[in-house]
Amino acid sequence: MNKLKNSLREAIEAAGLRSGMTISFHHHLRNGDHVLNMVLEEAARMGIRDLTLQASSIFPVHAPLIGHIQSGVVTGIETCYLSGPVAEAVSHGLLQKPVLFRSHGGRAAAIAEGRVHIDIAFIAAPSADPAGNLNGVAGPAACGSLGYAFADARCADTVVAVTDNLVPYPLAPVSIDETQVDYVAKVDCIGDPRGIVSGTTSMTRDPVALRIADYAARAMAASGLMREGFSFQTGAGGASLAVTEYLKPLMRERGVTADFGMGGITGAMVELLEKGYIRQLLDVQCFDLKAVQSIRDSPNHIEIPAIRYAAPIKRGSAVDRLNCVVLGATEIDTDFNVNVHTDSSGGIIGGSGGHSDTAAGAALTLIVAPLFRARLPIVVDRAGCISTPGSTVDALVTQRGIAVHPRRADLREALLRAHLPVYDIHDLQAMATRVTGIPDAPRHGDRIVGLVEYRDGSVIDRIYQQL
Amino acid sequence: MLRSLLFIPGNNPAMLLNADIHGADGIILDLEDAVAIDQKDAARLLVRNAVRTMAYATPNLVIRVNPLDTDFCRADLETAVPLRPAFIMPTKVGSAEEVERLGAMIAQIEEAQGIPVGSTNLMPLLETARGIESAYSIACAPRVRALLLGAEDYTADLHAIRSKESGEIAYARGRVLNAARAAGIEAIDTPFTDVNDPEGLRADAAHARALGFTGKASISPRHIDDINRAFSPSESEVRYAQEVLLTIEEGRRLGKGAVSLRGKMIDKPIVDRARQTLETARALGMEVEG
Repeated sequence: MNKLKNSLREAIEAAGLRSGMTISFHHHLRNGDHVLNMVLEEAARMGIRDLTLQASSIFPVHAPLIGHIQSGVVTGIETCYLSGPVAEAVSHGLLQKPVLFRSHGGRAAAIAEGRVHIDIAFIAAPSADPAGNLNGVAGPAACGSLGYAFADARCADTVVAVTDNLVPYPLAPVSIDETQVDYVAKVDCIGDPRGIVSGTTSMTRDPVALRIADYAARAMAASGLMREGFSFQTGAGGASLAVTEYLKPLMRERGVTADFGMGGITGAMVELLEKGYIRQLLDVQCFDLKAVQSIRDSPNHIEIPAIRYAAPIKRGSAVDRLNCVVLGATEIDTDFNVNVHTDSSGGIIGGSGGHSDTAAGAALTLIVAPLFRARLPIVVDRAGCISTPGSTVDALVTQRGIAVHPRRADLREALLRAHLPVYDIHDLQAMATRVTGIPDAPRHGDRIVGLVEYRDGSVIDRIYQQL
Repeated sequence: MLRSLLFIPGNNPAMLLNADIHGADGIILDLEDAVAIDQKDAARLLVRNAVRTMAYATPNLVIRVNPLDTDFCRADLETAVPLRPAFIMPTKVGSAEEVERLGAMIAQIEEAQGIPVGSTNLMPLLETARGIESAYSIACAPRVRALLLGAEDYTADLHAIRSKESGEIAYARGRVLNAARAAGIEAIDTPFTDVNDPEGLRADAAHARALGFTGKASISPRHIDDINRAFSPSESEVRYAQEVLLTIEEGRRLGKGAVSLRGKMIDKPIVDRARQTLETARALGMEVEG
């Protein structure tokens, strides 16, 4: 059987793409991805209509999708994260059907358990051989881990690998193997590696973010979880990323090493691995090129599928073994519900990613955020959208102090003993609104443009059309 | 405590919003060099509203005003005095006579505002050759409770080349410190201006502390933790101070006239310093036995 197709068009035809199908994409090439746009362009040329996109993330680079929605090529989107022009257009009512948001773990579980059916998975493959063995660690568009693509490859009816780096059989190392891949399409370029690096993965110098990171690291230490063999996850961006810097001296003082660090992996986490602060990195996605290089070269930097990372399944996944996670927020309400889907005017600007998965799994979930952004308070009465329920959040860390969820009296005591500034969340809110005033709630239309599915499959919130 | 004083430009809303989160013992809201000539009035408004709105949780609020010989000085004082800062920081101060003239202007404002006359304290910035030479008389002038050395303007005035080794400001440091201590007031060291040299900062702060300075000013929030550490007693200093007091106690109990510790005679200055160290340590919340 000849799996190798000399063009994307040939591969799409061989895979039998028809109107009404669900097609999937992974987002490891992030804002440098070309594959989603190329596939939709071919589909449009072929006269295909009514496709549902099962894409793990949609970035600004995917702006041409707007045209495909307008022309009816795409009529449904299911994703974990939606940003840029498509997010803006969807917020204003571009799609007739609401976008269905899942968490990373929720998506993987839904695919594996058959609640989501994928007709054709298109897998951007930085390296592939003609039999369909794939990896993300070599090639001009190397992106490292292919974590989010595993479930798609395993469960889709048909799997098309799209590569710009075809190597002789057998490829090594292999992330997704030939037994799961039906066709390999050779194209000129699958993506721009510069787009893999998110601007939010460089270490901040913002003194406010650094103060927050300092408090968060000290809160982790004070919680008692920073013991020999502990584990943690920090995100990309601002204070969350900076926490990794502040953990170092605290870990040195205590003479402890972490058994694993997890998540989307940044260069900052790689440095902790290289310097011996962490024994292993479990990597579902590389956030920068230093992480890409490390996952290729280091035996202790391990690629994991999204299902192992974060899926809410009976046998458990790695998030259930996580001690501490540090996460961001666009806003948090006085019940500690966190919004990472919409901005202050109600427009879609992101999504859960692994936010709600790690919050549910970790023993300690810290939300780091400045008390105010420009003229807006971060603590609100009611989150504009509930991405992560407050029952899975332990504390909010701001530059002016830490608010602990009332069910964690033990944590509150521990932070006070460590001389950390602990406040009631209403007091933090008052500190912010004394300066900013209380903003009016954003007005929205009646149409639902987004449904937020929690990791257990229940719908926990709705996003309404922006006016 | 005045271990660290952080400069905050008076015309930067975002920095004013977070001026007091960096752990500095004091913040200096600046109406002078950080603010362009055409923004002086805006900065005054912003500083006034920031102080009133933010209710800064800093023990020492300092407001830096433009020099006496500029058109801005009086308006700056009219903004600053009613805000009741811990200190007003006059700039380019050259003589005690200037301080007295400032004091008279402040007294008028105090009176008009119903503020006890004479209750506004000054921390003059000495940053000219003339100011350094007049350090002692300035230190003795009414209202003056601390001196700050400003090395950047001073070395320009000297025609010196500013270096990290700081040999060119050794004289000024000694002179300011001696004047302040002779007058019984605090002495604050000049900022370390390289924001990307933490090693250099730590060495510079340790040196200033060893010379006897109370604390150090800073132009970067990222410098504050290191400065605070440098000007706080270390755990071994606290232990030694405790041993000194225990040894004295023991000697007194045994009726000894002179006592020694680790082969060194313990005299009054050593005891005084030990008490001072423990007092500072307690104020910082360090664990001190006894």
